[in-house]
Amino acid sequence: MKNNIIEMTRGFFNITVAVNGEKKELAVRNGEFLLDALRRHGWKGTKKGCDTGDCGSCAVILNGKPVLGCLVPAVAAHDGAITTIEGLGSVREPHPLQAAFVEAGAVQCGFCIPGMILSSKHLLDVTPNPTEAEIRKALDGNLCRCTGYVQQVAAVKNAAKTLAGKGKRA
Amino acid sequence: MDAKNLKVVNKPVAKMDAMGLACGEPAFTDDVEIKGLLCGKILWSPHAHARIKKIDTDAALKVPGVKAVLTYKDLPRVPHTTAGQGYPEPSPYDTYTLDNKVRYVGDRVAAVAAETQEAAQEAISKIKVEYELLPAVFDTFEAMKEGAPVIHDEEDSKNIPDAKHNIAAKFDFEVRNGDWFKEADHVFEHSWKIPYLQHCAIEPHVTIAYFDNAGRLVLRTSTQVPFHVRRIVAQALKIPVKNIRVIKPRIGGGFGSKQEVLEDIVAALALKAGRPVKLEYTRKETFISSRTRHPATCRMKAGVKKDGTITDAEMEITLNTGAYGSHALTVMMCSGSHTIPMYRVKNNIKFIGRSVYTNMPVAGAYRGYGATQGFFAWECLMDMMAAKIGMDPVVFRKMNYIKLGEGSPVFKAMGEGREGVEQVITSTGLFEAIQKGMDEIKWAEKKAKYASQTGPIRRGVGVACMMQGSGIPEVDMACATMKMNEDGSFNLLVGAADLGTGSDTILAQIAAEVLGIKADDIVVTSSDTDITPFDVGAYASSTTFISGGAVKKTAEKVRDMIIEVGAKILDKKKEELRLADGKVVAADGASCPLSEVANTSLYYYNQHQITASASHFAHTSPPPFQANFAEVEVDTETGQIKILDYVSCVDCGTAINPQLAQGQNDGAVVNGISHTLSEEMEFSSNGTPLNASFRRYKILSAADTPPVRSFIIPTWEPAGPFGAKSVSEIGINGPLPAVANAVYSATGVWLFEAPFTPDKVLKAIKKAR
Repeated sequence: MKNNIIEMTRGFFNITVAVNGEKKELAVRNGEFLLDALRRHGWKGTKKGCDTGDCGSCAVILNGKPVLGCLVPAVAAHDGAITTIEGLGSVREPHPLQAAFVEAGAVQCGFCIPGMILSSKHLLDVTPNPTEAEIRKALDGNLCRCTGYVQQVAAVKNAAKTLAGKGKRA
Repeated sequence: MDAKNLKVVNKPVAKMDAMGLACGEPAFTDDVEIKGLLCGKILWSPHAHARIKKIDTDAALKVPGVKAVLTYKDLPRVPHTTAGQGYPEPSPYDTYTLDNKVRYVGDRVAAVAAETQEAAQEAISKIKVEYELLPAVFDTFEAMKEGAPVIHDEEDSKNIPDAKHNIAAKFDFEVRNGDWFKEADHVFEHSWKIPYLQHCAIEPHVTIAYFDNAGRLVLRTSTQVPFHVRRIVAQALKIPVKNIRVIKPRIGGGFGSKQEVLEDIVAALALKAGRPVKLEYTRKETFISSRTRHPATCRMKAGVKKDGTITDAEMEITLNTGAYGSHALTVMMCSGSHTIPMYRVKNNIKFIGRSVYTNMPVAGAYRGYGATQGFFAWECLMDMMAAKIGMDPVVFRKMNYIKLGEGSPVFKAMGEGREGVEQVITSTGLFEAIQKGMDEIKWAEKKAKYASQTGPIRRGVGVACMMQGSGIPEVDMACATMKMNEDGSFNLLVGAADLGTGSDTILAQIAAEVLGIKADDIVVTSSDTDITPFDVGAYASSTTFISGGAVKKTAEKVRDMIIEVGAKILDKKKEELRLADGKVVAADGASCPLSEVANTSLYYYNQHQITASASHFAHTSPPPFQANFAEVEVDTETGQIKILDYVSCVDCGTAINPQLAQGQNDGAVVNGISHTLSEEMEFSSNGTPLNASFRRYKILSAADTPPVRSFIIPTWEPAGPFGAKSVSEIGINGPLPAVANAVYSATGVWLFEAPFTPDKVLKAIKKAR
């Protein structure tokens, strides 16, 4: 990348993007969406449920905002910063949201969960102490067919408490 | 017996795969990289009914990157069913991997595998097909008429009871004790309708077919029935079972749609190309060309005496099975067998069932499995009868529902493909469920409060009671294997298919309870036909009851082997020993850790692997019970229904894991509410689906979902593992009748057709005036 111009080699655009805090050069296809580009480069936590922007399984955080990976052209992430589910935490060191989802029994098949956790992450970033209505609104773009959302809403509430506690200690 | 003294069972143990899933670990079918993977695509029929006169693939084969193109000419013609059921499947053999005839918009015409998705798509567009259009039929009643287009006119299909009249399955049954309706003071007869509904698992159908280093075909696939996939793919493609391995990784929801064996075509592509192939349905393809719920018209006629005795009941259900008869018979049977026994009928019972072919998408298994259709009618009719005789609907139900120790002639008469089994109710918490539900919804208070309302906004409360089954008796079988490791941990191998339900976790809990250890001392491997023992798979609410039974038996065998070794180590009699806290413990307090037992058996004395397998099947299918209460607000000027509160109390015996059981019930109920308020697949007049996307086929989101409260009513089922029954399906059947009954209580208007969208509600209100 030179002067914000994306270079193209052999039909691929080379974009520069910080994924989960790590700067990467990614070769993306002409017309490729961020969801497919991320999955092709190994970030399999971003899921494809509809590919039409309706289910929310491919939600990631791009430059501080939740976006749907299936609607954002990969080249639009050039020069940006992306947080995927892999960037939040790991099985060894889960993010409080991930821990709260597990603890509340909010993970059934788990396919919608990465997107849902990222939507929740953005909610708690901007609204640390959300009401139930705010949580439901934030999760409104993430369809789940397994749970009925009861335990997921509880999980976000619990995570908000945990994060608030951490903030106080710090 | 009760669950009080249990240490691992009946506890909210964290679902063992949950953290990996919450962290986005690559766990699903498509989360692996396979070298040289081709992209599979299918050419779907644009016509509802047509014969392929000519099909030319030359141009498609010339597209750069195309490695295989398949039409019916390239494949063996094997009539089979895609219904993933036990062998021999009770569904007609009316399906071919590819055929020279298409029977609905979205039927398979041809398939392609290519290096890229774009090349596959281009090749699909270059397949030239000449169709001879045939008259199509979209309505079940039209389809049964003399002279209607015959959808299955092929000569080699099998077990279609009446192909000429498009009847894919039929069953009639009558209990006769005197003249019909002779004793009845009031007789009611109405029809209730359910439209095309799709499962909407968030992960679409996806399969990767590849070859192991011995050249065997491996199917990594999102399925509920790995063993049936192996058998049916082998049958359809005429390859030996031994040459196929089916692996079920984590599955992104199924709800019955993945009890369907659609893997034959991707397997055929891989075999033709000699390369690995992935076939992933788009959301649109999932809507149209996977499977749906059977749309139904359910006519019920029943008689009641003034004292509340139900004298006679007749159910006539007509299911639309679409172009193929997948689950055509069994869904129809369950619409009666899971519902009619719910209430005592004094004199006469009749069931008339027809599953009918139309040129519409194929129906299959869907959570609820016929009971959804049957209970909508039966439970609304119950409220009609109660209203007529001036009895509270709850009192009327309490008077008539099936009690402990009671049976029903329906259990024996209506099985799934063969005769049913006689059974009596051996556990029920329905009374307590009803009490709890009434308390939570404040039944009496609300009934009184809403008795005199004025103005356009009306509120009401409604009730509906449910039963389901726990597995298919004398049909479903599961097996488990356990082996012990040096540190006193165990591997548990099960064929059972966890499709997100948490069955891996609850099966580990059952084994851990028997062995006196923690659930996380058990490493579960499930659903790999090369590694795990047989299990019919995840359907018919069978896993907890049947697979759980197999795991309990296996763990008991392992326990006996451990005690045998422990007796030597501790120099005690076997009868004095038990397992607790990871140790073999003697009556006098002497003990040795399980790790010592494992090491002794593996390395020191009479060396052997402590391991066992056990199978389980059941002679009965103990029903779970459920009481549902809905409070609604109806805007009689707009027809808008708002659910203010929904309480669902479920008796699933012992909940092996109360948190997961609650999640199952919440999810089932919300799916049912979604059916009730908004879901319906729409079609043009030539059978083309119009709303095959999440944008236009609306399932409830977090903000749409009304308050839903699930309560577990503990009982003890003697035939179940640690007193457990099933929980997964029952909850989906409640919302349609509970909400319909609440709407009646609010407005005095009955709703007969799902979903209860404002236009339909308004029409019903206007009609009533």
